[in-house]
Amino acid sequence: METVNLTNTELHEKEHVDIHRYEEHEESFITKYVFSQDHKMIARQYLITAMIMAVIAMIMSIVFRLQLAWPGEKFAFINWIMGDKWGKDGILDPNAYLSLVTMHGTIMVFFLLTGGLSGTFSNLLIPYQIGARDMASPFINMLSYWFFFASSLIMVISLFIPNGAASSGWTVYPPLSALPQAIPGSGLGMDLWLISMALFIASALMGGLNYIITIINYRTKGMKMTRLPLTIWAFLITAIIGLLSFPVLLSAALLLLSDRLLGTSFYLSDIYIGGRPLDYSGGSPILYEHLFWFLGHPEVYIVLLPALGITSEIIANISRKPIFGYRAMIGSMLAIAFLSFIVWGHHMYVTGMNPFLGSVFVFTTLLIAIPSAVKAFNYLTTLWKGNIQYTPAALFSIGLVSSFVTGGVTGIILADSTLDITVHDTYFVVAHFHIVMGLSAVFGMFAGVYHWFPKLYLRMMNKKLGYIHFWLTFISAYGVFFPMHFLGTAGVPRRYYTNSEFPMFDALYDINMIVTVFAIIGALAQGIFIFNFFYSMFRGPKAPQNPWKSNGLEWTNPVANIHGNWPGELPTVHRWAYDYSKPGYEEDFVPQTVPLKEGELDGGGHH
Amino acid sequence: MKLLIILAVILFILAVHQLMKVVEFARELRKTKEWEPTDSENDLMGKLMLLFGIAFLFLFFYQIDKWYDKALPPAASEHGKHIDELLFWNMILISFVFVVVNAVLFYFAYKYRGNKNRKAVYYSDNSKLEMLWTIIPASALAFIITFGLKYWNEITAPSTEKNPLIVELYAKQFDWTARYPGKDGKLGTTDFRHIEGSNPVGLDTTDQSGFDDLLVKNEFHIPVGKEVVFQFRSRDVIHSAFMPHFRAQMNCVPGMVTTFKFKPTKTTKEMREDPHVQNLMKQINEQRAKEGKEPVEFDYVLLCNKICGASHYNMQMKIVVETEQEFNEWLRQQKSFKTVASK
Repeated sequence: METVNLTNTELHEKEHVDIHRYEEHEESFITKYVFSQDHKMIARQYLITAMIMAVIAMIMSIVFRLQLAWPGEKFAFINWIMGDKWGKDGILDPNAYLSLVTMHGTIMVFFLLTGGLSGTFSNLLIPYQIGARDMASPFINMLSYWFFFASSLIMVISLFIPNGAASSGWTVYPPLSALPQAIPGSGLGMDLWLISMALFIASALMGGLNYIITIINYRTKGMKMTRLPLTIWAFLITAIIGLLSFPVLLSAALLLLSDRLLGTSFYLSDIYIGGRPLDYSGGSPILYEHLFWFLGHPEVYIVLLPALGITSEIIANISRKPIFGYRAMIGSMLAIAFLSFIVWGHHMYVTGMNPFLGSVFVFTTLLIAIPSAVKAFNYLTTLWKGNIQYTPAALFSIGLVSSFVTGGVTGIILADSTLDITVHDTYFVVAHFHIVMGLSAVFGMFAGVYHWFPKLYLRMMNKKLGYIHFWLTFISAYGVFFPMHFLGTAGVPRRYYTNSEFPMFDALYDINMIVTVFAIIGALAQGIFIFNFFYSMFRGPKAPQNPWKSNGLEWTNPVANIHGNWPGELPTVHRWAYDYSKPGYEEDFVPQTVPLKEGELDGGGHH
Repeated sequence: MKLLIILAVILFILAVHQLMKVVEFARELRKTKEWEPTDSENDLMGKLMLLFGIAFLFLFFYQIDKWYDKALPPAASEHGKHIDELLFWNMILISFVFVVVNAVLFYFAYKYRGNKNRKAVYYSDNSKLEMLWTIIPASALAFIITFGLKYWNEITAPSTEKNPLIVELYAKQFDWTARYPGKDGKLGTTDFRHIEGSNPVGLDTTDQSGFDDLLVKNEFHIPVGKEVVFQFRSRDVIHSAFMPHFRAQMNCVPGMVTTFKFKPTKTTKEMREDPHVQNLMKQINEQRAKEGKEPVEFDYVLLCNKICGASHYNMQMKIVVETEQEFNEWLRQQKSFKTVASK
């Protein structure tokens, strides 16, 4: 913390003193495993917490998928999970259904794909890959995790209160989310949701500040910005997006809390409910939508960019080739980040927002397709003429490229306000965002876990179980979300407890069944991953220093949990991270610590 | 029974544990780098990638073939035809991109599967190529934006008709009320504070123009070939008026009035004779027969498409499109606010 004001050179001079700070003090169980300030431990804490949250959200999805495929059917499983109150005789209650979809979305988007993904990999990789001893402020980093933990805990507790958890959709639009008369979940459950999100945002901001400061100030000698691995670039840009957009969600949440608890009218006006008119006057629900989506859309990229960064790194490594178009990849991420702030209105074409404003958002939204296309093509070119080593991480990375494209193209339909009129809020949207954001980010996260497991737990995960896990996951993921497009073009709205009240949806029963069957297979397949994860943590083969023959700095330190990361001096960087199969070298990789030969060009150039 | 299950679980865990011991022992003996993919594994995974790619694209076309006729029938409104046309061409475009990119991806994943004798090509940049795949999507998008916005402007422009029919759709948890202006052609002003049993939409009783307003529940009618300007309001939470057969959707937001206009082109009767609709209804009634439900005829419908509470999934209203003559006849039979309120 006192080092923040120093220049890089001064920092390096200070290193000799600093290393002792990390090495010498003995640690108790509490400071080592619970209130740890070590970035590696914090990464593990984030990962395990997020995994628990993800399992909860996944089980929720199975419950509501059972209901959607076989409405009215009695399932002992539903009764077992939901209890007699919400799953009487094994039939799901409609209010509980809405709670489940709301909490499934909230947990997956925020707790798994924001907290879990950025929290795990930014913490693990930033100090390792830039050659730093730890985060700029290990203490704030620790606070960040514990805010995340508290936030997760409150969110989970809200599942068990009498009136049920928040149930107005993960976007919690008022007035539905503001009025307990409108839906039971908008009672205490909604207050807990808002408090949990406020803590979550505080956690995200503390984490993000740390990531940015660490990347800018704590790079080791020779680690120029243009030599950073793309993972780090992705984490940096993600953190900046989060820092600029999360505070807006905080204000949206606080105003909503104030409407709920203090009787203000930020979002409410002209409401007659429960047999009487309410006193609220002059507010607008549309204001909330603007504030929510000002975060909500950048949030998509907060989720997606770390996954793209992780796979950029892994695809280069497994193809044994430099990432194609390193600078274009950075440029695309910057362009996506910038555009992500001026597209939020595409969620609101049919809210009654001024149509001209809609036109502007059509334009800006469709522009995002350009940098996204550049990224997809650059991935393809990286694979081209490669020597692909099929680790489980490789499979998931290639899976990400597929889902990124498959889900990305349908975004063109939704971005077009004219077409959005017919597909807005239908299953077409559900298919789109689950594939492009959900699957891509989850695949990126799996790839990251398989790839950097040796840095997390100093052991290797089982490859064959990884293969089985990938194929079952990949097939069932598309099996779940691809058919949903056809539900969307048939006009099925999302968040319907059952489609059986409308004869026009009766012919779609088989699609709903296929979706649910694949969802169950996909969920069971995650059991293989969880087993592999915990088994390998304790019994997997001990990791060698550089198992994937990778170039990054994270593979240059001994296989041990060293407080301060490198035992002696920090490594010095001489080249970018993507010198794979470079002519003139015997091995097909050249670590960043290897000095350039005379006349050798850095950054992809060669003679 | 429970004891048996517990016993089985314990035995299973023990079996797995023993198996793992064997595996670990074998690993100790071999001393291989088992995390590194072998040539045969690379070969297998590469081939599986190709197989997956072929199956994936085949199933894409298969699903289109099998489920194409389950989509909404052709639009029954004038602007809806433009939307359908635009949607069709956009779908063709994105399907093309989807198929080509996935085909190339899975082919590369197969073709460049690794082995010990292979050496990857050191190829890190090509600004011409990157320029190419910046310009191609950019120019495709220029078309999409141009056509999309042209229709968007037409759809959202204020009505140019001299006397369009005005219909208010008023949403609450969990039903709809339609309101038509009476002979004066004007909707009466409203205030939510006036809502009570006999005044469900909160008409202002001091405003004369509201007395002849017609309030309709359960189903509402509109005439074919005449532009209808809808006004949407909500009394409690946000709802969304979704009329999928007309390609129309607009949110109903408490505290404000939103609008959407369209011109129906087919009466309910004509729709029932449309071959696409008949095919769809055949499938629907076959399924209903299996479930022991009554067969149904085609009807236009208004759905709620914004999460609004427990019965969101069943907030509907039937729409009947008929000739202007039939419509006027129907309208005459509806009760005005004054007759309802004075009872």
